[in-house]
Amino acid sequence: MPREIRDVVFVDGVRTPFGKAKGQYAETRADDLVIKCIRELLRRNPSLPPERVEEVAIAATTQIGDQGLTIGRTAALLAGLPNTTPGYAIDRMCAGAMTAVTTTASGIAFGAYDVVVAGGVEHMGRHPMGEGVDPNPRIISEKLVDTSALVMGSTAENLHDRFPTITKARTDAFAAASQERAAKAYANDLIQPDLVPVATRSAELGWGLATTDEPMRPGTTVEDLAKLKTPFRPHGRVTAGNSAGINDGATACLLTSAEAAEELGLKPKMKLVSYGFVGVEPEVMGIGPVPATDKALKLAGLTIDDIQAFEVNEAFAVQVLAFLEHYGIADDDPRVNPYGGAIAYGHPLASSGVRLMNQLAQQFEQRPEVRYGLTTMCVGLGMGGTVIWENPNWEGNAA
Amino acid sequence: MNLQQLIDEAVAIETDEVVTHAHSRDVVLPNNAGTLALITLDNGHDHTKPNTFGPKGLAELNAAIDAALARDDVAAIAVTGKPFILAAGADLTGVPKLVDREQALNLGRIGHGVMRKLVDGGKPSFGFVNGVALGGGLEVALHAQYRTVSVAAGMISTPEVFLGLLPGWGGNFLLPNLIGADKAVKVVVENALNQNKMLSGPEAVKLGIGDVLLDSADFLEQSILWASKVLTGEITVERPEIDRGDAWDAAVARGKAFADLKVSGAAPAPYRALELIAAAKDNDRDRGFAAEDEALADLIMSEELRSGLYAFDLVNKRAKRPAGAPDKSLARPVNKVGVVGAGLMAGQLALLFVRRLEVPVVLTDLDQERVDRGVGYVHGEIDKLLGKGRIRPDKANQLKALVTGSVDRTVFADADFVIEAVFEELQLKKTIFADLEKIVTPEAILATNTSSLPITEMAADLQHPERVVGFHFFNPVAVLPLLEIIRADQTDDATLATAFAVGKKLKKSCVLVKDAPAFVVNRLLTRFLGEVSAAVDEGTPIPEADKALSALGLPMPPFVLLQLVGLPVALHVAETMNRAYPDRFAVSENLAKVVAAGKSSFYVWSADGKPSVDPEVEALVTVGDKPSSADELRTRVLTALAEEIRIMLDEGVVAEAQDIDLCLLLGAGWPFHLGGITPYLDRSGIAEKVNGKRFLPKGVASLA
Repeated sequence: MPREIRDVVFVDGVRTPFGKAKGQYAETRADDLVIKCIRELLRRNPSLPPERVEEVAIAATTQIGDQGLTIGRTAALLAGLPNTTPGYAIDRMCAGAMTAVTTTASGIAFGAYDVVVAGGVEHMGRHPMGEGVDPNPRIISEKLVDTSALVMGSTAENLHDRFPTITKARTDAFAAASQERAAKAYANDLIQPDLVPVATRSAELGWGLATTDEPMRPGTTVEDLAKLKTPFRPHGRVTAGNSAGINDGATACLLTSAEAAEELGLKPKMKLVSYGFVGVEPEVMGIGPVPATDKALKLAGLTIDDIQAFEVNEAFAVQVLAFLEHYGIADDDPRVNPYGGAIAYGHPLASSGVRLMNQLAQQFEQRPEVRYGLTTMCVGLGMGGTVIWENPNWEGNAA
Repeated sequence: MNLQQLIDEAVAIETDEVVTHAHSRDVVLPNNAGTLALITLDNGHDHTKPNTFGPKGLAELNAAIDAALARDDVAAIAVTGKPFILAAGADLTGVPKLVDREQALNLGRIGHGVMRKLVDGGKPSFGFVNGVALGGGLEVALHAQYRTVSVAAGMISTPEVFLGLLPGWGGNFLLPNLIGADKAVKVVVENALNQNKMLSGPEAVKLGIGDVLLDSADFLEQSILWASKVLTGEITVERPEIDRGDAWDAAVARGKAFADLKVSGAAPAPYRALELIAAAKDNDRDRGFAAEDEALADLIMSEELRSGLYAFDLVNKRAKRPAGAPDKSLARPVNKVGVVGAGLMAGQLALLFVRRLEVPVVLTDLDQERVDRGVGYVHGEIDKLLGKGRIRPDKANQLKALVTGSVDRTVFADADFVIEAVFEELQLKKTIFADLEKIVTPEAILATNTSSLPITEMAADLQHPERVVGFHFFNPVAVLPLLEIIRADQTDDATLATAFAVGKKLKKSCVLVKDAPAFVVNRLLTRFLGEVSAAVDEGTPIPEADKALSALGLPMPPFVLLQLVGLPVALHVAETMNRAYPDRFAVSENLAKVVAAGKSSFYVWSADGKPSVDPEVEALVTVGDKPSSADELRTRVLTALAEEIRIMLDEGVVAEAQDIDLCLLLGAGWPFHLGGITPYLDRSGIAEKVNGKRFLPKGVASLA
């Protein structure tokens, strides 16, 4: 049976405001966070009949309790999607939502379905990193992986060793810039349109409403950052200030075939070009975005020079700078994370992929001169993932 | 006194109030609509212990509203509740502590004083009805200018009249002025008197109680968004014009007729509520609320309310933890049920067991035709449930497959619980049990649905008499909630525990009864009907006799009850009781004659449902020339009841007077305002006169 690969578009993406662990979502369930995102997507796209959603893929790293029970399916049911919509749970740690997007997008391209919701959630306050893990003892006994590979901060210190030119001063400067760019993006209302307000339960304070990202620290200076401890090594470089925090949040996006978007009157914000996932040495997982990007570029027949907009997840400043240094891009290049990144907004692990996409979509809207952009992130246990997108607003299309 | 003084005084009365806190938090409204002071009602417990308003809770709400009103930067106030619950109304546990009318009056004034600030305070206000909203819980939302209601919010109602109160924190005035008298009468009086019927979220919005219905998944977020749009003018709330003309008076008249039908004037609450609805047509808010305060105070200080609260407590608490039931852990599993007999009663029992237990239920009878008819009846009833959408097709298939029949009792071999529902004849039942014992395991329970035969005697000749228990249902089995569980002399704890476990699964309220003639409900109703029949035999006209008792507000007149019970059954029980207690239970010769003539009722009914004495019955009976007056008859009946209940308690038929009342409330539908019956016998002085003492100490079901 002859088939054609079909174009896949990113129609819309939303997320909850992110929270600090034990902060605004301390008494709010993880599944409720993702449910609010799914409902907001449906509300924002009223021309999409809910029964046309044919799959709900939701990522979570720790699939326990309110992040367990096949969260894609339970979230779909609880969000009020008809029971004919199936769903599943997905896990690639930090790249969970990104993988939810690429996996379902592949299904669309293959023709398995037309409309999906993909996203992720991580409530790190309720489910701390490493909850319930049971690493195989062979990892230690056979030295399959350096023991530092399981501690993400240590992998970031390891990355500094690989890139001796990336100093703590550079990572702190990058972190301060991330906070500053995020504050500016907020001031220009570039982030809030994609935030879903969440009613937050507190037995002591009563109900509240989360409308902003709790982790942000506007006004952070390099001097402030210089004072912070380096918990992963004595006299190390990685601090709480130049890394993403421990956060709670959820994201979801709507992907469709290009034909379905047209049929349903949905306006695409981005078109999928290619994606690549790779494995690297687990103890320097932060380098993952480089080979992943090489792979995605190769698949797309593009070079790094064709990419004019970048959303690089800021798990650690050093990991972003390693990526930039590899490709010869300046630390403060305005095309990279122009609205700030995870250092400011937070990084609720499996949810972050779609946050990157939301911000890239915003870049595409603001910058019609850009044709191609990418979202990339490093992943625990030594992986990287990159998705290359095309801007439907690109001026060249009009010509 | 000003509001704060009233609050301080009320707070000073010692109670066990579980305080519902009023947490206030600022919420930045979307659409640049400013800051919302969002007040969450939360008593700190989960949804199994709903929020209620006592004086301390109202004091907190007052402080939260005051604080919000005092702030210029607050654009509006909203009130919502903890998950699943807005509030379940006033904290009734504090009501028995109110000993004088002034205190009762102040309770109303405080509720009004606090809640009306939502509308009088000068800021827009919203009620976000997220869940259960009963009585005062609904009223707090009614005081707000606008209301959102969650699709998932069940249990929205004003149950006060059901208990013997009225919606006295604004509901009686606000509701008719919001949705019109017609709907207000339905909610306040008719629903309350109709087994306390409650509204769902969608129904509440359809009636106009809520302005907008919102999905539950993000109810609060969408309520806040909706509120912001109301504040910015993007949404205009439009409510239909209410009919302030004749329709208003007609609705009140309809409500009065309904109340007469239900309580025959014997309970004051519905009538006071209707007076207030009538007055709400022309009253302003101040006068309306003041009238509520007065009516509420009168009702709080009424014996009917104390009886009502007592009855409510029995039905909601005692019925769930039956007095004298053995430890639950002794109960054995019941994975198959047998029903001996395939007649109408057997069919009703089989249907109930299969629906609630969802285990195989097998019926037996003497021939295949009867068995087929019995199984066919159950299958037919299941199909009816399917047709009405009460169950789904898969469930119907499951239940039908579980119900089978046989002419061979060996099908009971692996049954854990076998109940007989054959003709009321002791020897027949003994024979059946003896036969069953050869088939079933030694631990299988043998239950009897007898309404009057001695169960100890029924079990006497068995090898394992300890497994026999009485399981006395009330007709119609699917509807009436009472199950009398009868312990015979040799019944063991495991059998009894299993019986209670099964009863609970059947969703019945179980009461433990000693093996005594006719148990509780039938014994008292038989005594009651015996006295009425005797009065008729002596010359009291039947309609007069029926009317004489209407002042008590019983669910139906005695001769209508006789028809419902079935005249032959009533006669049979009367004869049984007469054999046991010939000095107190007579057998009416006239009843015997009417039964012998094959009549099913003393009345014939006109096309519009009015009864008149059947001329054929009139011709059959012979009556004396000593008619009783209404007062005489009422006193005679109540005296007999007081005497009989005292004897039953002394005999240990049930643990306490509370169990007698519970049986009458749930098995005979006797009204809350009588508290079953013993509170009424106490407060009318009859108990003291007949027995020299009360049934219940003062304060339990009466003013202290």
